[in-house]
Amino acid sequence: MTAAPRARSEGDSGGERGTLALNGITRRFGDFTAVDDVSFEVGPGELLALVGASGSGKTTTLRIAAGYEIPDAGTVTLGGKDITRVPPERRGFGMVFQHYALFPHMPVEQNVAFGLEARGVNKVDRLVKARAALASVGLDGAGSRPIQSLSGGEQQRVALARALVIEPQALLLDEPLSNLDPTLRQSTRDDLRAMLRRVGVPALFVTHDQEDAFAIADRIALLKKGKLLQCGTPEDLYYAPVSREVAAFIGRGSIVAAEDAGEKAKVTIGGVARELAVTRPKGAASRVESAFVVLRPDALELSRGASVLAWRGRVTNRRFAGGMEVYRVELSDGVTVEVESNTAKVHEDDVVSVSPLKGPFPLVPG
Amino acid sequence: MTSKQRQNWIIAVPVIALLLWSVIYPNVAVIVGSFENGLGHWREFIASPADREALRTSIVISVASVFASLAIGVPLAFLLGRFEFPGRRLLRAVATLPAALPPLVGVIAFLFLYGESGVVTRAIQRTFGMAEAPWRLQGVGAIVFVHAYTMYVYVFLFVSAGLERFDSTLDEAASGLGASNLQRLRRVTLPLLMPAVAGSALLVFMNALGSFSAPYVFGGGLRVLSTQILASKTNGAMGLAYVETTVLALSAVAGLGLFRWLERKRKYTLSSKGGRVRKTIRSRKIQILTTIFSAAIVIALVLPHLMVVLVSFARDGSWTTQVLPPEYTLENYRRLFSENELWRPIYNSVSMALIATAGNLIVCFVAAYLIVFRRFGGRGLLELLIALPWAIPATAIALGLAATFNRNDLATARVLLVGTFWILPLAYFIRDIPLVASAVESSLRQMDASLEDAARGLGASWLMTMRRVIIPAARPGLVAGGLLAAVTAVGEFVASVVLYTHSNRPISMEILAQLRALAFGTAAAYSVLLIGLVLMMTLVARSFEERLA
Repeated sequence: MTAAPRARSEGDSGGERGTLALNGITRRFGDFTAVDDVSFEVGPGELLALVGASGSGKTTTLRIAAGYEIPDAGTVTLGGKDITRVPPERRGFGMVFQHYALFPHMPVEQNVAFGLEARGVNKVDRLVKARAALASVGLDGAGSRPIQSLSGGEQQRVALARALVIEPQALLLDEPLSNLDPTLRQSTRDDLRAMLRRVGVPALFVTHDQEDAFAIADRIALLKKGKLLQCGTPEDLYYAPVSREVAAFIGRGSIVAAEDAGEKAKVTIGGVARELAVTRPKGAASRVESAFVVLRPDALELSRGASVLAWRGRVTNRRFAGGMEVYRVELSDGVTVEVESNTAKVHEDDVVSVSPLKGPFPLVPG
Repeated sequence: MTSKQRQNWIIAVPVIALLLWSVIYPNVAVIVGSFENGLGHWREFIASPADREALRTSIVISVASVFASLAIGVPLAFLLGRFEFPGRRLLRAVATLPAALPPLVGVIAFLFLYGESGVVTRAIQRTFGMAEAPWRLQGVGAIVFVHAYTMYVYVFLFVSAGLERFDSTLDEAASGLGASNLQRLRRVTLPLLMPAVAGSALLVFMNALGSFSAPYVFGGGLRVLSTQILASKTNGAMGLAYVETTVLALSAVAGLGLFRWLERKRKYTLSSKGGRVRKTIRSRKIQILTTIFSAAIVIALVLPHLMVVLVSFARDGSWTTQVLPPEYTLENYRRLFSENELWRPIYNSVSMALIATAGNLIVCFVAAYLIVFRRFGGRGLLELLIALPWAIPATAIALGLAATFNRNDLATARVLLVGTFWILPLAYFIRDIPLVASAVESSLRQMDASLEDAARGLGASWLMTMRRVIIPAARPGLVAGGLLAAVTAVGEFVASVVLYTHSNRPISMEILAQLRALAFGTAAAYSVLLIGLVLMMTLVARSFEERLA
């Protein structure tokens, strides 16, 4: 467990570490705009997750950062230096591919040493470094094993060691967790976060899974149809989404129309109006014409029977989610919400009351 | 144009130019040549009863060869794929043996066995005290007989592979729904095997249409297009030869188009869960019958090889009216290696095959690399160029070369190759392009495309990526394709017969010459040597692959 810190100190002495920035990046394939004017920065030691559904342009954005694609407009800079047209082999970035892209005809050691071989490091040195890198990802002594004999988790770590051993200027990871089974995924998230932080360079990773992003990233950039919807901390995106689209993508919840009253907003469902404390995205207007609030399952409570002060509805679905139940409740006016509860013992088709439990509720402009 | 696209074109242009020059240009020259006096040569062709007969016979033979090969290959694939019986392993081991015979050698073996003075023919004649041979190995029947023996292997291999992939739960589902054995075969099994059947039928059709050795040796007075072409060329009627060549090539392309169209109508993906169990034949009677039947097939399959080996030890000129050659000697082999004139063809064949194969490996690797990994405008053209030689019968390819490279003329990009050593390696090279390219292509397609990106991302130069990542990934295809190319080239006959000269005559032409001189022993010794060469190359390729893997 000594190689990675050593690699970092050598990187430090080089003094080349800097912020990776994408500025106004656009990439078109024929008529299709895969990435549309996207800008963000990743500082040294920072972990940024590119999140979005498939086709949102997140992988293309990553490939532009890596140099495999050249943008039609915009620049990529590292430490202020324009590297937009520097080919990948001269960027010195470490990349972990979705299916790891380990060379099947080389044993583990040669895979890890490949980048050093490309840099002309002599055979002895590169083996020593490769072994140290393997040790740093917990694969001591696996050097001579064939790639085919590795489990998915081991392959992922070899791919990471291969990217780390070249002392990269930045780390790029394409869906690094998507090929792992769910149980392994949990523990790998923590390991990955710890390792990436130790390296101390900008780290950019793509994921379609917001839970992965929440668990690993310092900040999240949410993409949809090539456009950057919001870039901020996981808390920002969860509690202060800038738009209905962000609110709909991040976390679970129903988005209902509200009357904006500054500090509070009034939500009326089935003739029952409730005033809710709200939060707004940073820098947003303090009052908007048309507003919506996000009702998350953990911010609502539910009780059996109708109450004049609460929204009334009917339970249409009940599902056990380990330690609690999640109820889907059809309220009036076509609004459906989900409510978490471990105390309300109600059944499907029961008539129930739903009230806001705790605020503040995210308010988004309509 | 981005730098990557510029690079694509820098690599692609020489390859495309080479292929246009060697594959397209000669064929265009033939077509143009057929119109050298307007429609004159075409009228001559249409007016000639011999040519009309040749076209009809070529097509009849090809279609008959398809059905004969299907009739042998499909049942054999079912028998070996679906049932367990004593002797199954032996039968499976020898089932593909005919494919190991170079085309002319198979024909000779049949001549020794079933020809008028062949062993089997004479044995029957003696046994029953007949005054004449019971049959004559001549005409359409004889040609289809030889074709069926050598070409059923394609059907057998394709259908066996289809059966292997066949999901046995489909059969179970059908019988669960109440289908009888026959209904299952007719409604489920056979329709799903159609792609394999159609694919192999196409291969047989193309091979039979271009076949030269069987019609040449057994044709008697029979005319087919491929032999007509050589006859016209020998008679100096080049214009007519061009028309005949064009017609032959068009027939092949028409056949190809027809099969492709049939194939498109039925396309299924068979997804296998693997592990199909063979049924053990329970009935004692049927078991015995099956065993006798398969023993007969084994003998029929092995006999030609044994016969060639046996005759190779026969003293030249000693075998006249006897059933078996009466005198045996090692003299034939000794002479092959000691007499300069007899050694020459061996040296020629091996060196020409190696040159052609080396060319195939380089050009086809670059072409396959471009097709699999690069996106650029010329990709479709490149794909067409490397597939085309497959659709053109070898006789047509050879005649095109003869028509194009018969003089030095820089203005029209012609080089004098006819009459030189280099014309045959070029012909072999062209014939084997599709074989090698598709082998390399399929290897590269199995490679994860992100490996190339990964290598570059790790700082590898283009050259290092090639050397350490792409070529190792292509290696199984290079080895398999190179082996196939070398094997085909070393025994090549069809193009050689059109283009050879005395000084670069290959083994196949020498076998024919010895046969004409009634030196059966020497002809057979060459044949055995050829089989030996094929075997040796296979072993070398295999050990090479094992050592590297």
